[in-house]
Amino acid sequence: MSLAESRFEPWSAERTRAIVAEHQSLEGPLMPILHAVNHAFGHVPEAAVPVIAHALNLSRAEVHGVVTFYHDFRRQVPGKHVLKLCRAEACQSMGCESLVKHAEDRLGVECGNTSADGRVTLEPIYCLGLCATAPSAMLDGKLVGRLTQKKLDALLKEAGA
Amino acid sequence: MTAIRVFVPRDAAAIACGADEVVASLTAAAKKHKASITIVRNGSRGMLWLEPLVEIEDANGARYGFGPAEPEDAEALVKALAGKTAPKDIKHGKAVGLVEEIPFFKKQTRLTFARCGITDPVSLADYKAHDGYKGLENAVKLKPIEIVDVVQKSGLRGRGGAGFPTGIKWRTVHDTPMGQQKYIVCNADEGDSGTFADRMIMEGDPFVLIEGMTIAGLAVGATKGYIYLRSEYPHAEIALNEAIAAAKAAGYLGANVAGSKRAFDLEVRMGAGAYVCGEETSLLESLEGKRGLVRAKPPLPAHKGLFDQPTIINNVLSLAAVPYILTEGSEAYANYGMGRSRGTMPIQLAGNLKHGGLFEVAFGITLGELVDAIGGGTLSGRPVKAVQVGGPLGAYFPRQLFDTPFDYEAFAARDGLIGHGGVVVFDETAEMGKMARFAFDFCAIESCGKCTPCRIGAVRGRETVDKILNGQNVEANIAIMEDLCNTMKFGSLCALGGFTPYPVMSALKHFPQDFGRPAKKFADAAE
Repeated sequence: MSLAESRFEPWSAERTRAIVAEHQSLEGPLMPILHAVNHAFGHVPEAAVPVIAHALNLSRAEVHGVVTFYHDFRRQVPGKHVLKLCRAEACQSMGCESLVKHAEDRLGVECGNTSADGRVTLEPIYCLGLCATAPSAMLDGKLVGRLTQKKLDALLKEAGA
Repeated sequence: MTAIRVFVPRDAAAIACGADEVVASLTAAAKKHKASITIVRNGSRGMLWLEPLVEIEDANGARYGFGPAEPEDAEALVKALAGKTAPKDIKHGKAVGLVEEIPFFKKQTRLTFARCGITDPVSLADYKAHDGYKGLENAVKLKPIEIVDVVQKSGLRGRGGAGFPTGIKWRTVHDTPMGQQKYIVCNADEGDSGTFADRMIMEGDPFVLIEGMTIAGLAVGATKGYIYLRSEYPHAEIALNEAIAAAKAAGYLGANVAGSKRAFDLEVRMGAGAYVCGEETSLLESLEGKRGLVRAKPPLPAHKGLFDQPTIINNVLSLAAVPYILTEGSEAYANYGMGRSRGTMPIQLAGNLKHGGLFEVAFGITLGELVDAIGGGTLSGRPVKAVQVGGPLGAYFPRQLFDTPFDYEAFAARDGLIGHGGVVVFDETAEMGKMARFAFDFCAIESCGKCTPCRIGAVRGRETVDKILNGQNVEANIAIMEDLCNTMKFGSLCALGGFTPYPVMSALKHFPQDFGRPAKKFADAAE
């Protein structure tokens, strides 16, 4: 399996320590640190946990507990593109489930997984707050409202799937 | 000649429907036709079926709308402007006339959203030119307890869903000893499907939230505020940070707020995709850098909140209502509404609806008026089957209950809730058994895991609905589901487990045929 080229920095303990130092003076610095680490490396690597824990005088278990509680903090690098489809009630009322099915069929994976070629990670999201222009999607941070199968196909094409 | 102002929203819903592409086309067309136009990225007017709504201002400041605009519409609009055609005379298929005369807009009472869609959201000068910071200027002249009195007398109740009187919360924090660190925390973790009012105000008029929080700080002696914003709202983060920087630069935040010699500072913190963090104690845990586990109460956050210090934690809409109250007085606000629900509610009309959007109105309007008259019925054209009010934890209402007025108590009396004011419409294709399953499923995905009724009840509930929908021992399994809901409702620590029974039980009660039972007769549905 050849994975698509990563857009994230390679893991580095030094870079992690720099991120921690940048946020350490904040009250309650752990969430901003985890966001920054997740952003830099595309995920929160297992190896980052002891580095962060040591710097903040927390146990590894405490940091691990926080990382695993929140949906945003990834344990693995995602695919080259991340396509999120909203599956909450307002989008359901406008037929999002058939779009999810369509995307799953196109990518050959169930929602929540990455296509075999590593190009697209398909994820559910519970509400983008675009509930009057449903159904909604987000491709790598770009929002799309009034999603149709045609628009979805265009997004998948943009993502190279 | 002064440039003609053309407004295109920076609101996320407008952007999701192509506002940025429309701006690019307008800019290119202006260059081509040498038209002198200035594009202002305003907030949304809330008529979301018209987004992106392009507004063109005439010499008298009247604004004419064109929507939903597409990039290819730019050419004709700009060409007309370059040819000196007055905005009202531009003939275009997307023309909707004077924006403020559109019935959806005209029928509203916009107190909190007074500026949203009108001003440049991040222009402090614009904010002040439209009555901004008058509430704070009044507050600076008052003693802290007098500010609390004004808020309490307005009758404002928490707009996050629980409806607790805001003034009482503020008084409790005010009465804790002064001189210690206190906090103002804004709950901007608007996770409910069908709600987007917080997002719209943060993107469309962020200063009103900043002003409300600053007033709260003065009222209780808090010097630091946090806005806990969900990570799904990156555009709101940008707007808030721009506005906070402008407020700091102008002395409305910092060591000497508006010349009061009192300090107040503000920071935006991002959530990380956990729905339960919209629950106030879970939110505080998250801000502290912990797992978002719900805390048992007491102690109340007012006594021991963020970092165990006295803390006001209010929803975005509660805090954003405060500047109006301090500007116009508590009575002006309390004169709107019905019963114990005073003032206005920014209602969000969403889902399968022709005219979805933000509709701010005094409490008391009926559900039927909202769905049929204001919302225009379903977008699909099929009959309405059910309306979920108050987010994923709100009840499903059938058409027979459309006479319910929008009021905390009236909804509670019919086993529902208004929550954060989201209204999601479903047409007849909705399968209510599946919606009940989804309610349990969502609860299972988002449960923080601290209390057993929620953590295990949600999973068992999902399994039980599956059995019912498969036709397995239907009556026996419905009895189990009802029992489970009872346990969750009374045994859960917070509203996630405690309110999941609302969508489930309302779906069963009003749509028994979707659970393999005989359909309900029309007459008893109306009770």
